[in-house]
Amino acid sequence: MSAESRLLVTAAPHVGSTDSTPRIMWTVVATLLPLLAAGTWFFGPGVLLVVAAAVAGAVLPEHFFGRRGALGDGSAAITGLLLGLTLPPGLPLWMAFVGGAFGIAFGKLVFGGLGQNVFNPALVGRAFLQAAFPVAITTWPAATEEWMTLRGDLFATPLMSAAADTVTAATPLGLMKFEGTGTEVLELFFGQTGGSIGETSALLILVCGAYLALKRYLDWRIPVSVFLTTAVFAGALHLLNPEYPGPLFMLFSGGLVLGAIFMATDMVTSPVTTKGAWIFGAGIGFLVVVIRVWGGLAEGVMYAILLMNALVPFINRVTQPRVFGQRPKEDAS
Amino acid sequence: MSDLFWILLSAMVVNNFTLALFLGLCPFMGVSSRVDTALRMGLANVFVLVLTSLSAWTLNTFVLPYAPYLRLISFIVVIASLVQIVEMAVKKLSPALFRQLGIFLPLITTNCAILGLAIFQTNRGYGLFEGLFFAVGAGLGLTLALVLMASIRESTELSDVPEVTRGTGLVLIIAGTLSLAFMGFAGLLSAA
Repeated sequence: MSAESRLLVTAAPHVGSTDSTPRIMWTVVATLLPLLAAGTWFFGPGVLLVVAAAVAGAVLPEHFFGRRGALGDGSAAITGLLLGLTLPPGLPLWMAFVGGAFGIAFGKLVFGGLGQNVFNPALVGRAFLQAAFPVAITTWPAATEEWMTLRGDLFATPLMSAAADTVTAATPLGLMKFEGTGTEVLELFFGQTGGSIGETSALLILVCGAYLALKRYLDWRIPVSVFLTTAVFAGALHLLNPEYPGPLFMLFSGGLVLGAIFMATDMVTSPVTTKGAWIFGAGIGFLVVVIRVWGGLAEGVMYAILLMNALVPFINRVTQPRVFGQRPKEDAS
Repeated sequence: MSDLFWILLSAMVVNNFTLALFLGLCPFMGVSSRVDTALRMGLANVFVLVLTSLSAWTLNTFVLPYAPYLRLISFIVVIASLVQIVEMAVKKLSPALFRQLGIFLPLITTNCAILGLAIFQTNRGYGLFEGLFFAVGAGLGLTLALVLMASIRESTELSDVPEVTRGTGLVLIIAGTLSLAFMGFAGLLSAA
């Protein structure tokens, strides 16, 4: 040990940690890759193109308009990956690109970049796509025999219509909503169903999420609270009227698991207090069931999370813990 | 009874005046920088909307059958003058309430949400109670939008917002995103 290092004086805090923003972000990216691999396994290699387009769309505006070196922290890559995983396997690539670019530009850069955005950028991009291209984003190509076949209309260009209709199949939620038929819960759990690229295998997402929760990179209270609320609310409805889907179907179908674990737990757009995290999750679960059961759309996870994102500043305000020794706030007026 | 409740809920959330129908945007942009002001603005809105609903119903039942061509102008004149009179009365009778709500009242009267409510109510053929519940729902919906916007704006106050979007630009973008999020309620309660 040299003389200089023995005399080193630093400011508090003195407890070191190896966790840093880039480290956490790139770990999340790494845990998303198995989902991408599973999506490729289920829907063919075309999904890699869709996800790549979304990532490119997210990374470019961050590179040109973001802080210098902002790409290095990996947060734009996460946004692009997450957006890509929530898109249908056959979405035209340019739409995926536009979604990623819109999400980063209008969901994050206009707020001042990482840490200051109110809404989850990936979901802003997806909500934009859902509003702009409502047909393309709810077109789910059917699984074909040939794994190497490219599903859907990947290389469509703006303003051009597709040459041939793609063979489509409904998602479990769509089947439930519009035709009233259920899907085996086990199939939902392992992921051999139609749906977005990364949302189908609940098992895999849960494993990846558990890893992140163990590393404390996500707040376990939020997904737990989402799952509990959804299960209890959907279960109660199912008991009252068995025509409504049961709690297990609700939990493992659509994007609920993916949304609860990877989107709702975004450190920037979720509440900072413990009590707030429970409320936040419960609100998401409640809204998901309301939109799925009574709404005009088959899936509501994205909207539920965005709506609760909007409530986060308010939740933070209400659940602010009392400082030790401070009296409860009296009426100021 | 349950019909009335659905009318209220539908006007408050699903067909939110601000975020789904884009009415009443001026207070939404202008008075949403602090949560407590936004809340008071929202409550003043509820109050004026209820008055609007009452006067629109009165006009529709007793006056307009004889002079249907007067509808728009009579709505505006009657509602605006009624709110002015109420404002004076409140100022005289309850100065405390006036300090809370009073300054907003003249601002709201010329708002599109007010005329919108009167016209919606007429077109849908709502009766007295349906109209009242519709007005309360619409007012609470405006309050909800205002408070949401104000709390988001307060949280972005210390952010490092780029020059181009500072101020109204960011508010418009937040409003657009909120509106995108409220699209999730589309089709909900479509029966009501």
